[in-house]
Amino acid sequence: MPLTTSTILICAGGACISSGETSVKEALQREIRKYGLEEVVRIVETGCMGACSLGPIMVVYPEGVFYQKLTPQAAEKIVQEHLLKGRIVQEYLYKMPTGEAVPEAMDKLPFFAKQVKIATRNVGYIDPGNIEEYIARDGYFALTKVLNEMAPDQVIEEVKRSGLRGRGGAGFPTGLKWELTRKAKGDRKYVVCNADEGDPGAFMDRSVLEGDPHTVLEAMAIAGYAIGAQQGYIYVRAEYPLAIERLQIAIAQAKEYGFLGPNILGSDFSFDIEIRIGAGAFVCGEETALIASIEGRRGQPRVKPPYPAQSGVWGCPTVINNVETLACVPPIIIKGADWFRSIGTPTSPGTKVFALAGKITNTGLVEVPMGITLRELLYEIGGGSSTGKKIKAVQTGGPSGGCIPSEYFDTPVDYESLQKLGAIMGSGGMIVMDEDDCMVDVAKFFLEFTVDESCGKCTPCREGTRQMLKILENITSGEGTEEDLDELERLGTIIKDTSLCGLGQTAPNPVLSTLRYYRHEYEAHVKEKKCPALRCKALVRYVIDPSKCVGCTACARVCPVNAISGELRKVHSIDNDVCIRCGSCIEVCRFGAISKVSP
Amino acid sequence: MSKVKSIEDLMKIKEKALKDLQLRDAGKRGKITVAMGTCGIAAGAKETLRAIVEALAENNINDISVVQSGCMGLCEVEPTIEVRLEGQEPVVYGHVTPENAKRIVKLHILGNQIVSDLLVRKGEM
Repeated sequence: MPLTTSTILICAGGACISSGETSVKEALQREIRKYGLEEVVRIVETGCMGACSLGPIMVVYPEGVFYQKLTPQAAEKIVQEHLLKGRIVQEYLYKMPTGEAVPEAMDKLPFFAKQVKIATRNVGYIDPGNIEEYIARDGYFALTKVLNEMAPDQVIEEVKRSGLRGRGGAGFPTGLKWELTRKAKGDRKYVVCNADEGDPGAFMDRSVLEGDPHTVLEAMAIAGYAIGAQQGYIYVRAEYPLAIERLQIAIAQAKEYGFLGPNILGSDFSFDIEIRIGAGAFVCGEETALIASIEGRRGQPRVKPPYPAQSGVWGCPTVINNVETLACVPPIIIKGADWFRSIGTPTSPGTKVFALAGKITNTGLVEVPMGITLRELLYEIGGGSSTGKKIKAVQTGGPSGGCIPSEYFDTPVDYESLQKLGAIMGSGGMIVMDEDDCMVDVAKFFLEFTVDESCGKCTPCREGTRQMLKILENITSGEGTEEDLDELERLGTIIKDTSLCGLGQTAPNPVLSTLRYYRHEYEAHVKEKKCPALRCKALVRYVIDPSKCVGCTACARVCPVNAISGELRKVHSIDNDVCIRCGSCIEVCRFGAISKVSP
Repeated sequence: MSKVKSIEDLMKIKEKALKDLQLRDAGKRGKITVAMGTCGIAAGAKETLRAIVEALAENNINDISVVQSGCMGLCEVEPTIEVRLEGQEPVVYGHVTPENAKRIVKLHILGNQIVSDLLVRKGEM
């Protein structure tokens, strides 16, 4: 007889744990014990709920009240007020930008209301360590249906008809990948889950693994049945210890319940999954490098073809799917391809998870139907700019993607539309930039990343990206020329055309797309030696406005390099040859007398 | 040996686990609020609460949530509960002993009729 009257879902995603979830949970448990509520209040630690900027967060059911920015003291108060007396604690509710609290249930917050959850349907709702909660949400029913009612070809046909495309970035049709692998000759075949998520700022795969590990296992077993494989590998990076831990628990439970192992559900289909832990090289997300790493070799890509569908792990036909892609498979099997196609756009059906980061109010994870406009995504769900300044551009697809300027924010988000703009869907990272961001500097940041992560096997990527970075460093330090801009374009195009793998083929994108839309910013750097966003240190000077300076000496005292001189109650001045542009003086000046100028 | 061998086994686990999960989604059709101020508890509201939850479970009702509140101010007639069903005026009952609680679940929640001998107030405050 369940006597639980309240259930608290507390988010135990990586971000909430780092912002103090553990101490909040302990305080809750302590208070609940103190008031003898152990029998009627249940605490469940879930995966990431997505609203990371508000963490630690929790939802109290049955009312569905969403509490944010919690501390142990907040937890005590919520137990005393909400659980004991039934009064909602206003001060920890989510506040609208207008300042009013939202006492409503979580699904009424604009951040959640516009989302459509398929891949993350269980994340933040179920206890990832409890297989039965997954089963309660139709977990393993897709596998059961497949084994009892569908031939492998029918499974492939259904996935093909759904139009599901790879969510790792390139958007290859998943059903077709399965079909090619099924048709490939070979006694042994493999299913690999690519969980080597590496784009800076993207963490949807980690969120699914941490919050709903069973959905990945179930989908892999379905893929195994469809292509005729008996073994699966999950390739996950060592930087994701919590995901690995929850996967291990989930695999053990799935074996205990008979969803993995020999003769699953009494059929003659057997399937096992092992975890392979990667050392965190970005290039290992590339499928041929990933395969090499699984086999114990150095993670370097090779020429394709042959594609993994012909020759993958140990030379056997292998299907490699991304975590988010796999998480869409069980719902497609249960609800059908037509249901999936009814969401999203004709060429990009379904949903996509995006990680919102940068100068945006609601940073975190959101899952939205494909075809939503960038404007809806950034303003209605994301809550708009967090700095009060205008959003200038959004960078999609991480180091392989490009910048989209605000003029194009009415573009629908799907694979083709983003590609037309010179960006890519990528794994779904979105970094929002405002007027204080210099596009040359942004391009330089991403290129530094790819130069670091280039494996060095092919020359265009190893040497070409390094040369591009050198040119960018010249431009941002005021030593660039107009010819440099053409050279960047020429070099970028060659690297795209001649690199061995996806890393090199996409590495110039951040530079090329910013050159395309923000050439005037590049030109300001090389012609006028000016950084319009006042970001590039070498092109910026700090000046004191004599009419505002009262000679309080605060700036001179805070300057770490003694670049500011001046007597008490007299106007100060900054020696820009000594100044390191740290900005401490601007922060400390109470009279707004110090500003940056360029040139 | 594996725990699940057939779809029937899977259904059984689902039904059991779903009951726990639905407690989170409860309240779709309505909610019962039990006044749990000191006066209510002294008058036996804890037993009332338990009886309501049990009665709901016995009758497989899972779209009604049970929540606790502070004292409604009707200490005279404690334990009191408020029944709020979607699209209907809220109803407050008094002297809700465990036996009466079961009656309310049967007549009001299942049968949609007001238990007039326990009625304290009808309509919004």
